[in-house]
Amino acid sequence: MEEVVIDAKDMHYKELNEKIHEVLRKNPDVKKIILKNVLGQRFIGTGLQKKDLTIEIYGIPGGDLGMFMNGPTIIVHGNAEFAPGNTMDDGTIVIYGSSGDVTAHSMRGGKVFVRGDVGYRSGIHMKAYKDKIPVLVIGGRAKDFLGEYMAGGIIIVLNIDEKGNDLGKVKGRMIGTGIHGGAIYIRGDVDRDQLGVAADIKEFTKEDLEKIKPYIEEFCKWFNLSEDVKNRLLNSKWTKIAPISKRPFGKLYTPDLM
Amino acid sequence: MIPSYVPPKYKVEVDPNKCMLCERCTIECSWGVHRREGDRIISYSNRCGACHRCVAMCPRDAITIKENAISWRSHPLWDIDARADIYNQAKTGCILLSGMGNAKEHPIYFDKIVLDACQVTNPSIDPLREPMELRTYIGKKPKQLEFDFVEEEIDGKKIKKAKLKTKIAPNLKLDTPIMIAHMSYGALSLNAHLSFAKAVKECGTFMGTGEGGLPKPLYPYADHIITQVASGRFGVNEEYLMKGAAIEIKIGQGAKPGIGGHLPGEKVTAEISATRMIPEGSDAISPAPHHDIYSIEDLAQLVRSLKEATRWKKPVFVKIAAVHNAPAIAVGIATSDADAVVIDGYRGGTGAAPKVFRDHVGIPIEMAIAAVDQRLREEGLRNEISIIASGGIRCSADVFKAIALGADAVYIGTAAMVALGCRVCGRCYTGLCAWGIATQKPELVKRLDPEVGAKRVANLIKAWTHEIKELLGAAGINSIESLRGNRDRLRGVGLNEKELEVLGIKAAGE
Ligand code: SF4
Ligand code: SF4
Repeated sequence: MEEVVIDAKDMHYKELNEKIHEVLRKNPDVKKIILKNVLGQRFIGTGLQKKDLTIEIYGIPGGDLGMFMNGPTIIVHGNAEFAPGNTMDDGTIVIYGSSGDVTAHSMRGGKVFVRGDVGYRSGIHMKAYKDKIPVLVIGGRAKDFLGEYMAGGIIIVLNIDEKGNDLGKVKGRMIGTGIHGGAIYIRGDVDRDQLGVAADIKEFTKEDLEKIKPYIEEFCKWFNLSEDVKNRLLNSKWTKIAPISKRPFGKLYTPDLM
Repeated sequence: MIPSYVPPKYKVEVDPNKCMLCERCTIECSWGVHRREGDRIISYSNRCGACHRCVAMCPRDAITIKENAISWRSHPLWDIDARADIYNQAKTGCILLSGMGNAKEHPIYFDKIVLDACQVTNPSIDPLREPMELRTYIGKKPKQLEFDFVEEEIDGKKIKKAKLKTKIAPNLKLDTPIMIAHMSYGALSLNAHLSFAKAVKECGTFMGTGEGGLPKPLYPYADHIITQVASGRFGVNEEYLMKGAAIEIKIGQGAKPGIGGHLPGEKVTAEISATRMIPEGSDAISPAPHHDIYSIEDLAQLVRSLKEATRWKKPVFVKIAAVHNAPAIAVGIATSDADAVVIDGYRGGTGAAPKVFRDHVGIPIEMAIAAVDQRLREEGLRNEISIIASGGIRCSADVFKAIALGADAVYIGTAAMVALGCRVCGRCYTGLCAWGIATQKPELVKRLDPEVGAKRVANLIKAWTHEIKELLGAAGINSIESLRGNRDRLRGVGLNEKELEVLGIKAAGE
């Protein structure tokens, strides 16, 4: 049995998550778990380690979806609550709707694709180490404080609506406050006064485009976007936001031995 | 460049009659105080922080370090520190950094509390003859125990057997109520951590990782280690959470309540970067709040997420700084599925804190323990959660008093470092610790032998454990359980009525 369906109707989150563990324990070969009638159950996929596992969720999962997750793919046919991908290690989260605040919080690896919008403080404190480079791709827009204290990884904001049309200039404020690693790519123009302290607008180069291209292509594939839309996204004007320095607050404190 | 204006705080003198010019001091001093010039050792006193490494290592006892008080005009208000800080800030325009805990002369309540002892009635117990129970369990305790009675046939007879129905939450089992506090790898050297790890294993107790992740060489000791999750989430992944014996969420720290941590990029070496899982040379910033915690419900969510990630098998602690609101926060923590609340007082040390925080923010740990214990009792929650106290525990009497005021166990930080040789010189933030404790420089780190360090720390814990047994015996108690929150065993000396009331103790003579 490679596919298992769990009806989550009226289930407490502990019960649901225990069910998932039980399925995996009893049947290590299972490749897909389908969760029906999910309504706010938290911590789905938290700490799961299995690389070849896909969890499909119908409904709205609760907070901390896929927290500390290492490997699986989670597909949400609906919106997600706050902090999907919190401190995630590896794997993929695909959200067909929008997601709440602190999406991809402290993410350390893997990818999160959100078709709609994300809430406040998304991508906050994402970090990278060696080949672990977390990626957050947002189809619509982000609320304020996107990429705050970002320490590594890539955030991409596509700025399109459900049909793939332009949403106009992004509105978020305090983008990249305290950023000291990684980069935020926003399609379209961003004013300097939308940036937070320690963030800077850097030249968007060919290398940057090469870097983000595979993730945009993957986004289009997940959400079935046409070649036209994809090409338009790739050929748009992009703004790159990156740290002024790796040590934004280095000068704030007393130097060693004055 | 703006000149410093600050005269040396200490005066270093090398007695030429004793010195044999071995030049050891020039190597031992990581601050560059000593230098050989011709047939003399010249000392730059202005670089000296009185860490005493040269004094301790000089084979001829030729070095003297004194406070350099004479160079200042004395003044009751504008003391040396106040003036020196202004000169330094006028020079740099920076936030002053400092190490270790609050250095102000606030009353030390531990020293104004005395212990009671038995005389004739309820006689004292001889711990050499009688067993003294110091075993402590940290974690949730059930409100009551429920049993199922099942009939079993044994040898043809029907016997009713009681089986425990209540599910007991996972607890940490301590042989002594003394643990080693969370100090991060990064702030401390690997050899300091190894010393602690070996010592806690030997003593049947636990140490904390701090927020720097768990370095690989510590893996063999992981079942004696409490891992920490701070706002920076450094080194936190599923493996890290599963490895430790328990998990601690750090909300606040006694040395710097209300602010986060910041390990400057130049200290993020290859090893530190591998443990924290961030690139080399990049700042390791833990902002003041956790990004996902803006309410007590959010905190409960993080507690539960850590429990979920570890399949509800590990106790989760929440550490807060001792602040006046600690009792209300502790109630919130107690209702959140957390297993222990850690209260860290303002004497608690740190590798680096803005001096203004270290010296002026937070409240004494003695008051905080008593107030938290009292409030949890009033709410009927005290038995649901353990209390761990930390921040300025200097001796076994402090441990004893902390437990009598309401703690289950204590964390020691500075005391464990002093056991390793630390001189509380307060310059840990420079990363140049000459004792190899608060540094990552390989040549300094290797000065601390983890075997010797472990022995010294284990000796300290064992010595205090013996003393606690003696104190228990004197109090006519044979188990630490009976001491917890037993404020009747304490009396205040030189405290006003309000202070006695907050501490919940009587005045001496009462
Ligand atoms: S260590 Fe002592 S004896 Fe050796 S050079 Fe220094 S002061 Fe002289
Ligand atoms: S750890 Fe080192 S630098 Fe810090 S106070 Fe102790 S001796 Fe001084």
